[in-house]
Amino acid sequence: MKPSSRKTGRRAQKLLRAGAAVAAALAVAGAGAGQPTAAETQAEIERYRAMLAEDNPAELYAARGEELWNTPRGPKQAALAGCDLGLGPGVVAGAYAQTPRWFADAGRVMDIEARLAWCMETLQGFSAADIAARPFGSEDHKSDMEALVAYVVTASRGYPIAPSQKLPQERAAYALGKSLFALRAGPYDFSCQTCHSQDGKRIRLQELPNLTRREDVRRAYTGWPAYRVSQGEFRTMQWRINDCFRQQRFPQPKYLSETVNALITYLAVEATGATYNGPAMKR
Amino acid sequence: MSIRISVAICALLLGLPCAPALADDAALRTALEAARRDFEARGPAGLDRLDLDAVQTVCNRWANNPPSELQSLLQAEQLAAVKYPEGGNYLGDWKKGEALAQSGRGLTWSDGAKVATGGNCYNCHELASTELAYGTLGPSLARYGQRRGRSPDLLRYTWAKIYNAKASSLCSNMPRFGHSGALGEAQIRHIMAYLFDPQSPVNR
Ligand code: HEC
Ligand code: HEC
Repeated sequence: MKPSSRKTGRRAQKLLRAGAAVAAALAVAGAGAGQPTAAETQAEIERYRAMLAEDNPAELYAARGEELWNTPRGPKQAALAGCDLGLGPGVVAGAYAQTPRWFADAGRVMDIEARLAWCMETLQGFSAADIAARPFGSEDHKSDMEALVAYVVTASRGYPIAPSQKLPQERAAYALGKSLFALRAGPYDFSCQTCHSQDGKRIRLQELPNLTRREDVRRAYTGWPAYRVSQGEFRTMQWRINDCFRQQRFPQPKYLSETVNALITYLAVEATGATYNGPAMKR
Repeated sequence: MSIRISVAICALLLGLPCAPALADDAALRTALEAARRDFEARGPAGLDRLDLDAVQTVCNRWANNPPSELQSLLQAEQLAAVKYPEGGNYLGDWKKGEALAQSGRGLTWSDGAKVATGGNCYNCHELASTELAYGTLGPSLARYGQRRGRSPDLLRYTWAKIYNAKASSLCSNMPRFGHSGALGEAQIRHIMAYLFDPQSPVNR
């Protein structure tokens, strides 16, 4: 997907106008005591989809990400063309679908964001602290990482999810993710399982995938990262896990930490074999 | 409480070697170590939230299905710590209870320390038939008082359930609102009224 910049500009305006309207509608509906009914929320999202036809605002993030990827940046004024996402320097197509995986140069199992951050540090000279300072963007402060992730994951559409589990370090990351998924703690005694281990449940009207079941993990994992209509932003898997830990009433996980990485590994491995068809459009 | 102590509980009180779960102990310890390293305190969410108490330790260790002796023992301990309201005065103002049942706010790192903690009840339960935006992690409580009456035993049972769900079901998914301090006595009385008052929309 390489929309010309003029076309992107026009489409951008259309998408963002529509997105802002729906985000506002959902936010207002969610703020009062009476929440919108499932049908209302669904109708709102359908209306939005219709407005966009086949367009997903994630495209805009991907286009900006592609530009960032190709532009010499950082203290070393380097582009990311030399970044090895696992399939060799500069190879983007299909790379996301094979993460998380072990990267010998870094000596770590990394998800796509950790790997991009690594390239930004080693090739471009950005500091880890700069990258972690504001990974999740907002309307007036867009995140470069979100755009880069949008670009990279879009280039894995149609590829089978295939994270490696050959190395002991990769299997350890999976095992750690599995344990963390079940770890109950905090003032409400919640774990990921509290909300994601039964079929057909919901919180208020939000449907909860049963992430202990393969079909549900596959459906969830192949849609993320995603454009979130209610926030009007593209969000990554690091964001998704971070926000669920918030709802879990846990303290905040550090960006790109081993804990979040392990949970992503757990989900990715459970989704193995499914075809990646994100970024999806989510509530 | 540390994992080691819980293993000691199990060994001392049950006379069991507690061998079956040992492999899980290593995994649990690794998970806790990773969490302690990887989380940071933010807003009201401090790192002490990763200190497990006895109930959490046991539920984690036995994947929410601990040996029945251990279960009864810990439930009894939790039940003994339930504080019932002064003078058996169980019921407050159902309107305030409704607001609390609706609110899912509080205790997250994005809630300021001043945000009033809600009851989250609608996140998991159906209550008033007019509120369609209810969750389904817990059983329906529609017409709770009307269906189940207001006997002293039921008032006491329901109070204890809200105060500490683990006192009657050790690894329940329901939080321990009173025990953890998330809700105070006055707030629980309001929520009780929402469940039991004949005028409450739950019972109409
Ligand atoms: C208190 C409830 C709660 C807890 C605990 C929780 N989640 Fe979630 N999770 C949700 C809700 C609600 C959604 C749907 C959000 C939405 O639609 O906006 C969700 C969505 C997700 C999704 C995306 C599903 C999809 O198809 O879009 C993933 C993946 C996920 N959670 C993983 C986790 C993990 C991993 C943990 C533990 C670290 C966790 N969750 C803990 C409530 C929770
Ligand atoms: C995260 C989910 C969750 C939340 C939040 C929650 N509950 Fe529950 N509740 C449950 C589950 C699961 C059960 C069944 C297991 C049990 O009894 O502990 C339950 C059981 C109950 C019961 C016992 C029902 C019976 O038939 O015996 C009552 C009463 C109850 N909840 C009231 C409340 C009230 C009032 C609130 C809000 C202050 C609340 N719950 C919040 C999940 C939840």
